[in-house]
Amino acid sequence: MGNVPASGDEDDPDAETDGGVRAYTVRLELVDEPGELLSALAPIADNGGNLLSIHHERGNITPRGHIPVEVDMECPPDRFDGIVEALRDAGINVIQAGEEHYGEEISVVLIGHLVETDLSNTLSRIEDEADAIVQDLSLTSPEGTDGVASARARLAINSGRSTEALETIRAIGTDKELTVVEPLLAGDAA
Amino acid sequence: MKLAILGAGDVGRSVADLAGEYGHDVVALADSSHAAVDPDGIAVESALERKVGGEAVGTADPEDVFDTDYDVLVEATPTTLGDAEPGFSHVQRALEADRHAVLANKGPVAERYEELRALEAESAGSIRFEATVGGAIPILSTIEDSTPEAVTAVRGVLNGTANFILTRMAAEGLDYEHVLAEAQDLGVAEADPTFDVDGTDAALKFVILANVLSDGGFSLEDATVEGIQNIPGSALDLAAEDGRTIRLIGEATRDGVRVGPRLVPENGALAVTGTRNIVQIETRHAGSLHTSGRGAGGPETATAVLSDVGRLPPL
Repeated sequence: MGNVPASGDEDDPDAETDGGVRAYTVRLELVDEPGELLSALAPIADNGGNLLSIHHERGNITPRGHIPVEVDMECPPDRFDGIVEALRDAGINVIQAGEEHYGEEISVVLIGHLVETDLSNTLSRIEDEADAIVQDLSLTSPEGTDGVASARARLAINSGRSTEALETIRAIGTDKELTVVEPLLAGDAA
Repeated sequence: MKLAILGAGDVGRSVADLAGEYGHDVVALADSSHAAVDPDGIAVESALERKVGGEAVGTADPEDVFDTDYDVLVEATPTTLGDAEPGFSHVQRALEADRHAVLANKGPVAERYEELRALEAESAGSIRFEATVGGAIPILSTIEDSTPEAVTAVRGVLNGTANFILTRMAAEGLDYEHVLAEAQDLGVAEADPTFDVDGTDAALKFVILANVLSDGGFSLEDATVEGIQNIPGSALDLAAEDGRTIRLIGEATRDGVRVGPRLVPENGALAVTGTRNIVQIETRHAGSLHTSGRGAGGPETATAVLSDVGRLPPL
């Protein structure tokens, strides 16, 4: 038998899945018909992608009369091309196709006197200096506002810029005496 | 081979205990004040009983070890930083006498790698040090088999104490101090856990790996090191919300060494639990290799020492 995949197995047999997962943003155009969103999401889950969030801008129509949808998901890097291919096979219009257009998403955890050191300033500095967009933020402050708090921020970063962005965030952390827990980027193979 | 073992802690004692199974004779076993020496092979069992019972390991002077006829010096004295003494001098004396040396002591290989290699080049003996990185796990031999030139990076978890603490914090939602105290009660953390939790111990191992990849050039002061003391339980909770967890991860490449708490996928390969260690060896031609196992402990580390002895050429 060896490694021959069972027929009907939708997984790419060559995909390696032990390198961790990485987040991606894919922009799609959907026809305004019932069931269209569901059929667009199925190929992602069927091919090893994990959906993080969906921005379905119903009121916003593209010049061609379609509805733009932005899907945030994570998957092992080796599975990503398979997902895009499966979307196209399902007749979904993937607008941003070139790999250089895919946004990257990373999470960082910040620890320290976040409130005292002006969290909103910290986040603006991350957006400005690291050229990132803070997509969501989760904060816990078990010791009250003047104690040690932790925050997890999910950041959107231009493709291929994660390493530089993390260096900048690390410098901001040093500057504000915060501990920055960075992600270990999967597929870091150089 | 005839083994002379310096250091009678957990590792040195286990090497003495297991040497017979691997077909080797122990001609000397010494701690810092006494030694058991016999060119025909010491009575290992009674020497170990004396040592464990708090008596002198033998009646000889540790200095006598160097005058006996041995093939391999096993350096298993405690790791020291900076000049890495007295471990470095022990290895130096073995090589200058054209004998092999196998190290379980990280100090000399992390802090004075080039000097060791220079001494080895002048000697009929060679050095090996599998036991300094990841206890029982065959990491250096895997790199050696892939050839160091074909390895681009090594990353992973090489400190069981820190990994145990982070695992317990994530599982129980407890804070660092609480879990550290528990780890000390269980004997997982030492009374002074500083080097484990501040990243120094892991950094020494990744410095050794960087030295192997680059054939030298690194010491502890070249490493960027951050510990886990500042990680509250709440940070692990936040990481878990996102399907991630925090581990003390080291990375060694030809560009440098970095050790610090990092976010990794909760169910990913590097998120081993408890005291287990793992490394990912990234290669040019064979993708990544993962190797995992017990990274510390007397018998575990002794198996790495004895594997090294088995790989040495006859003198």
